[in-house]
Amino acid sequence: MSDFTPTEMMTIAAARALSNDDVCFVGIGAPSAACNVARLTHAPDITLIYESGTVGTKPDVLPLSIGDGELCDTALFTVSVPEMFRYWLQGGRITTGFLGGAQIDRFANLNTTVVGPYDHPKVRLPGGGGAPEIASNCGRIFITMALSKRGFVEKLPFITSMGHGKGGNHRERLGMKTKGPTRVITDLCILEPDPETKELTVVSIHQGVTREQIVENCGWAIRFAEQVIETPVPTELELATLRDINARTKKAHQGDKEVA
Amino acid sequence: MAKIVSLAEAVGDNVRDGDTVAMEGFTHLIPYAAGHEVIRQGRKDLYLVRMTPDILYDQLIGVGAARGMKFSWGGNPGVGSLHRFRDAVENQWPRPLEIEEHSHAAMANAYEAGAANLPFATLRGYIGADLPKVNPNIKSVTCPFTGEVLAAVPAIRPDVTIIHAQRADRQGNVLIEGIVGVQKEAVLAAKRSIVTVEEIVDELRPPSPNSLVLPSWAVTSVAHVPGGAFPSYAHGYYPRSNAFYIGWDEIARDRDSFSAWIKENVLDAKPDDFAKHAGSRAAKAA
Repeated sequence: MSDFTPTEMMTIAAARALSNDDVCFVGIGAPSAACNVARLTHAPDITLIYESGTVGTKPDVLPLSIGDGELCDTALFTVSVPEMFRYWLQGGRITTGFLGGAQIDRFANLNTTVVGPYDHPKVRLPGGGGAPEIASNCGRIFITMALSKRGFVEKLPFITSMGHGKGGNHRERLGMKTKGPTRVITDLCILEPDPETKELTVVSIHQGVTREQIVENCGWAIRFAEQVIETPVPTELELATLRDINARTKKAHQGDKEVA
Repeated sequence: MAKIVSLAEAVGDNVRDGDTVAMEGFTHLIPYAAGHEVIRQGRKDLYLVRMTPDILYDQLIGVGAARGMKFSWGGNPGVGSLHRFRDAVENQWPRPLEIEEHSHAAMANAYEAGAANLPFATLRGYIGADLPKVNPNIKSVTCPFTGEVLAAVPAIRPDVTIIHAQRADRQGNVLIEGIVGVQKEAVLAAKRSIVTVEEIVDELRPPSPNSLVLPSWAVTSVAHVPGGAFPSYAHGYYPRSNAFYIGWDEIARDRDSFSAWIKENVLDAKPDDFAKHAGSRAAKAA
C-alpha cells in the first residue's frame, strides 16, 4: 500500500498496539477509530468498553458521542456509570486505556482542561471526564494525537491526567501500581517512554517522514531512541477497514438531517 | 406516590429559583423538554449539576438561568466546545458562572453517596492531577484499616433531579432501559424529582426481574412528554440526532444566533412540540 494519509497511518499504528486479549477503555475520537480498526482486523475478540457503561461493544459505525445508541445496541451488556467507574475501572479489570488529549508534555501528562490560568482561562476546554481515573487505574495507557507544537508542549498549563508526572518513578512514589502511558502514537512517529527517565522518545518513524519534521513539530527538544525503526506501512486490509468504517460513520452521522 | 401531571405543573411544583438542580442522562435520555420548560418559566439563580453539561446546560447557561455549575466534562461530544459555557467562563456572559469541576468517577461516586444517604464519597482518584489544587471540595481521607490515602468529595444532594425515561405506568412507576447513566442515583439523592416519559402505559411490564425501575413512591412528579429527550435519544424509541449536535456548534457560537434560536425553539414553543421527534416503536421494529 503506497497511498495513505498521515492520519490513516496514525490510526492504523494505534490499532496495532492493541491485542485480542485486551480489555480496553476507549476514549472518543481518534482512540475510538483505532480500537474499532483493531477489532475489525487482527483483534476480533478484543473487549471494548466505553465510559457510558457499554461493555463488549461492537459498533458498526463509530460513535459521535461516548454514549451513542449504537454502542448499547451492540454491547454484551450495559451497566450504570457508577458501576463502570467503581467495579470495572477502579476494580482493576481494564488492561488498557486509550486516550486522546489537547496537550501533552514529555512525560505524557495530558491537559484537556484549560489554556491559561484556571480562574481566568484563555481557552476553556471540556475538562477531564473519565481521564484522571482512566490514567491511574488501567493497566497501561496508550495515547494517540497528531504531533504539533501546540499539542506537544514544554510545560502544560494544567495537568488533567497524570502520565509519568515529573518522570522517573514518580507514579510509584504516589502509590500507583499501573504502568501509565507506554506508547504515544502520532501522525509522524511513535513515541515510548525511556525505561529510566520516562521521557517520551521516538522509537518508530512513519514512512516518508524525516527526523527534522518531527523536531520541528514538537514543542520540546525531542529525543530519538538509539534504535529507531520505520513504521510498517498500512496493509490493504487495514486501510480498507479504516476507510469503510469512516465512510459508514460519515453517512450515519449526516443521515439525520432534521434539526430543531 | 408520584403525581402524574403536565410538564408545566411538574416544573412549577418542583423547581424553585436558587435550587440545586440535576438534569441527568449520560448522552442518552437527556431531559431536554423539561429543561426548556425551566427556561420558559423563567427560573433563575439555579445551581446546575450534571456530569456532562451537554447542549441542554449550554442553553440554560446561555439564557442566564444558572449561577453555578458542578460538572465533570463540558463539551459537545464528538463536536467540540460548548460555546455558551465557554462564553460564561471566559467572558462572564451573560453572567459569571461559578464552577465546581470534578472527574466522572468522582461525580458518579458523589451521586451514589447521595442516594445512599452518606455525607461524602471516597475513591482512588485524582492521583497526580491538578483539579484538587483548584477545587477545595476535593479532599482526602485516610483508610482507618489500611492507612491508604483516598480522595473524598461531598455527596451530591440536589433539591430536584430531572430525568427522562422510556415509560411509566398509571401509578407512576418508571422503567429506564439502555444506557442508564447515573439517573437512578440522581433521583434517589434528591429531595424532589421529575421524570418525563415517552409513554404512559396500563402495565409497566419490566422485561427482566432485574430491570431498572424507579417505584412511584420514590418519584415526585411524572409527565408524559413524547420526544422529550430530543436531540438526545430514547433507546427503543428514536435515535440520537447527531446532525443536531453537529449543527448546534454554529448556532451557539454567536450570541445573537443563540438568542434567536432560544426564542423560536424554547420561549415561543411548548412541550408538545417535542412529539414530532418521537419515533413509533412499531415503525422501528418493522
